[in-house]
Amino acid sequence: MQVFYDFGRYCQLLYQAIRSSSELKSYYRNFVSEMIKTGYDSLPIVILAGVFTGAVLSIQTSYQLVSALIPKSTIGAIVTQSIIIELAAVISGLVLAGRVGARIATELGTMRVSEQIDALESMGFNSVSFLVVPRVLASFVMFPVLYIAAATTGVGGGLLAGIVTGQVPAADFLLGARTFFLPWDIIFGMTKSIVFGFIITSISCYKGYYASGGAEGVGTATTNATVLSCIFILLADLMLAIILL
Amino acid sequence: MIEVKNLSKSFGDNLVWKDVSLSVPNGETLAIIGKSGCGKSVLMKHLNALMKPDEGVVLLDGQNIFELSYVDLRIQRQRFGFLFQGAALFDSISAFENVAFPLRYFTKKKEDEIRKRVLECLEMVNLADIGDKSTAELSGGMRKRVGLARAIVLEPDYLLYDEPTSGLDPETSNEINELIVHFSDNLNITSIVVTHDMHSVLEIADYAAFLDEQKLSWHGTVQEMTKSDHKRLNSFIRASEYQI
Repeated sequence: MQVFYDFGRYCQLLYQAIRSSSELKSYYRNFVSEMIKTGYDSLPIVILAGVFTGAVLSIQTSYQLVSALIPKSTIGAIVTQSIIIELAAVISGLVLAGRVGARIATELGTMRVSEQIDALESMGFNSVSFLVVPRVLASFVMFPVLYIAAATTGVGGGLLAGIVTGQVPAADFLLGARTFFLPWDIIFGMTKSIVFGFIITSISCYKGYYASGGAEGVGTATTNATVLSCIFILLADLMLAIILL
Repeated sequence: MIEVKNLSKSFGDNLVWKDVSLSVPNGETLAIIGKSGCGKSVLMKHLNALMKPDEGVVLLDGQNIFELSYVDLRIQRQRFGFLFQGAALFDSISAFENVAFPLRYFTKKKEDEIRKRVLECLEMVNLADIGDKSTAELSGGMRKRVGLARAIVLEPDYLLYDEPTSGLDPETSNEINELIVHFSDNLNITSIVVTHDMHSVLEIADYAAFLDEQKLSWHGTVQEMTKSDHKRLNSFIRASEYQI
């Protein structure tokens, strides 16, 4: 029963957020700062994850495709496609579930247990439009940007690893990448990143907004927000693959 | 005028209190007293609809606040100032910005006017020199006073104080009590104070309401309270180590 109760409250919070999204005056300042916190501040970890994922993928693909019959450009194609279609969005999504999701759940949870959310409401603010709307909207804008960063650096990492290890010459890697490139793949990846951003921020806002029970409650909310975000990212990944590919 | 009529509240199977009725005339101060955990703060949070009751109404100038639309309720809430037990200052902004916060969103004042009003309020609570200190740098008493400055910055009709002197030394407690009396007398603010500090009650309140045994056990003026023969009320007062 708790699952239905939570789902109902989550939908209610989203409904409130949609209804109050027209109150631009109450959240535009937070929207800008959330874009910086969600997007700009997350760039280093996303770039790092992208570079290493691309590099490892390049080395492991080269290791697996040891055959004179398979051209080296195939490695470039596989790495690029895998990064653009799947890994840039999923890896950055999982990393951001920890970085962005945990931050949001902790911030709102602490505000809840220290009565700061009550203080906002008691002053006449709509706390949902003030706290939830800017965080979710910022994810719609910044997650695609982070996806592009992860994809670009992922492919770059793969190319670099191929050159450094001597497994794939740059010309072959780029030939493969270009030959099998489809613009739709980018749209698919960006769609995924928007969905993942929504999952992470909405779940984390929900968990933080309704946190209770002091420091332990905030800790529980943060853990639940991160774990649930990861689970729903993987589920959404599968659903989007079935629907869109 | 705030009137509470037949208010009942429970959390699941736990009854907090039932059938609570009381009223506070404009410009007067009511102290809600009772043991820890008897639901004083819960009652306070019903007065500006931060919580909703199972039964009963809260009338604000004759209007039931639980029947207001959310937009109207938010407008009515701007008539309240609320000092929370832990002050509930926003820790992402400075003390000055905490006080300026409602002005920035609810008024069309220019920056210099906001600054002037904030300094005026900080001066009232003896913190004019607080500058741009972060809330983490403030002591408990300073946090309460900044919270108080924030509560009065929009010139509210009603001030709700949740344990304003808890955790403070006697001297700082007296300062807070003096401020509450000052706001009530000079700004004609109707005040409702949740406390179990009987010293505060005698200093600041005109009326007292005693919550006990899941109901409003006693309600009257402070003068009547001191002469009351209500057994449990007297026991509570005596336990507060204050000889009347």
